[in-house]
Amino acid sequence: MFLRWFLYFVLILFALYFIFPLYVMIVTSLKTMEEIRQGTLLTWPSGLNFDSWAVAWGGRGYGAGDTFLKPYFWNSIKMVVPAVFFSTFIGAMTGYVLTKWRFKGDQWVFLFLLFGCFIPFQAILLPMARTLGVLGISNSVIGLVLVHTVYGIPFTTLFFRNYYISVPTELVKAARIDGAGFFKIFFKILLPISAPIIVVTVIWQFTQIWNDFLFGSTFSFGEAAPIQVALNNMVLSSTSVKEYNVDMASAIIAGVPTLIVYVLAGKYFIRGLTSGAVKG
Amino acid sequence: MKTLKIQELSKNFGTTEVLRKINLEIDEGNFLVLLGPSGCGKSTLLNIIAGLETINEGNVFIDDYNVSKVEPKDRNIAMVFQSYALYPSMNVRENMIFGLKQAKVSKEKIEEQLQKVSKFLQVDALLERKPSQLSGGQRQRVAIGRALVREPRIFLFDEPLSNLDAKLRVEMRREIKKLHQQLKTTVVYVTHDQTEAMSLGTNIAIMNHGVIQQNDTPENIYNKPSNTFVADFIGSPSMNLIKGNLKQSSNQISFVANGSNFEIPINGYDFIEKSNLENKEIFFGIRPEHIFSKKSNEGDFEINLRADLSEYIGHEQIMTFDYENQEVLAKFPSTIKIELSKNTKLFFDLTQISLFDAKTEERI
Repeated sequence: MFLRWFLYFVLILFALYFIFPLYVMIVTSLKTMEEIRQGTLLTWPSGLNFDSWAVAWGGRGYGAGDTFLKPYFWNSIKMVVPAVFFSTFIGAMTGYVLTKWRFKGDQWVFLFLLFGCFIPFQAILLPMARTLGVLGISNSVIGLVLVHTVYGIPFTTLFFRNYYISVPTELVKAARIDGAGFFKIFFKILLPISAPIIVVTVIWQFTQIWNDFLFGSTFSFGEAAPIQVALNNMVLSSTSVKEYNVDMASAIIAGVPTLIVYVLAGKYFIRGLTSGAVKG
Repeated sequence: MKTLKIQELSKNFGTTEVLRKINLEIDEGNFLVLLGPSGCGKSTLLNIIAGLETINEGNVFIDDYNVSKVEPKDRNIAMVFQSYALYPSMNVRENMIFGLKQAKVSKEKIEEQLQKVSKFLQVDALLERKPSQLSGGQRQRVAIGRALVREPRIFLFDEPLSNLDAKLRVEMRREIKKLHQQLKTTVVYVTHDQTEAMSLGTNIAIMNHGVIQQNDTPENIYNKPSNTFVADFIGSPSMNLIKGNLKQSSNQISFVANGSNFEIPINGYDFIEKSNLENKEIFFGIRPEHIFSKKSNEGDFEINLRADLSEYIGHEQIMTFDYENQEVLAKFPSTIKIELSKNTKLFFDLTQISLFDAKTEERI
């Protein structure tokens, strides 16, 4: 009995420890600057005051130097949606070929693709910057889509390859006898049973790309920057007083989309990660 | 015209030779079983017939038309797989008509075929179900149905019963036999189960190490195995192969087992080649079920052997005897009592024996 209570005590303690920063963020974002100066970190706000959220999202309405998140949020959306789509799709295709249309040396192709998972981001910054320059898409959302797609392929391929390897190859043989070709087999037979691994891949890629700061800050600036870069600029470039409430609201806005994706698809995430292991 | 003809077919994966100069012919309406231990190349041969594997050498003809480089869908064949391979995302109806839809068959014709086949296989009540909602036997039936709707020239079966439990397997075996009797379509069937092969096939091709050892009727495979591999592979327990020599005098041929001075006369044996028999080293093959405890035929040969071991399996018992340090197994009804460690009178049915050259292991 004592042990049980002790266990709960420890668990609650940990939970509080993790919730605490979020609490501070939310509470601070709802306070006015006056309240922040007078109270402590933990003080409850006097009322629901969303002014700082409005400022973080839409700015104060005066001209130069007014940084706010709205345009960059859309930049990020424009970057993350195609990048997630293309990297997932290409990964699914590659995984399909590597498991169901085996060819000589396919293991080597897979091995080299896996290498891509282990190359540190920093190592490819310079060659990638040069590539984007040659292609004429540096400092653009399209450039970032390309970077994230290319960098995502090793991971998405790994996911799909490991999923498709547990799908019996006899399915493909049966479909070939039935007269289905390469693409038909992929779209009609494999893709419809890939929902769990698609969810896993989408969550993984969305989180990676949305939260990326390094590529965003290296390959874009000014108007083409994604939200994480804008958030950084906003927080660091305050000229006069540090507006903690606006900073906190901005940080939450920048983090919310990944949270939404997790909440919507979370249960598939766990299922997808373990499905290969259980089905055998 | 042969429905299926395979000519000098060879296949290797890298340096491993899987099939070596296979020659095979099937007449219209026959049921050919490819039988062999795992790794003998029988599934590869089936995949080659289906067009799912490429050929290194040789040719495959269907109805005298060389299909060696023809796509699977254009070979006029249908295949049933071990794992059923039903498309998981489609229901039974979609599974069964997928091939016809690919072939751009008219809607009316598809519907007609579907109704006919699904009634015939009694899956018409299951058409809207997903494969995951079917039992093993039902899945098997749908898989067969998917093959049937295509009205192929040749049915290919790749160990279709090995995923089922023992009872269902016997039931489905009978259904496949009935199906073949009704449709009379040519079948090539791969299995490693000799009972399945014996009961289904009109012809059995026994394979080992990528070579066809014997291609014959089930009766000949059982009664006249062409080499020791076939003799040993077919039958349970398998044929006794007693090592010894032939002895030939004026008009008398007999067999003497190693270490014995006891002659077994084998004048009645139908030799393939009657020359050079004197002192030839051979295997004397006799099946356990052709050794009796009572004289049952006039020509039965009486012999005394020591009983060493008894295995009781219900309707019968398998006894192990010692014949000059060589084991001889015999099958008796379980009602007979035989004392162990004592010499027992046995009767060999000499009309049922097979003799093999000890060096080449071929039938003589």
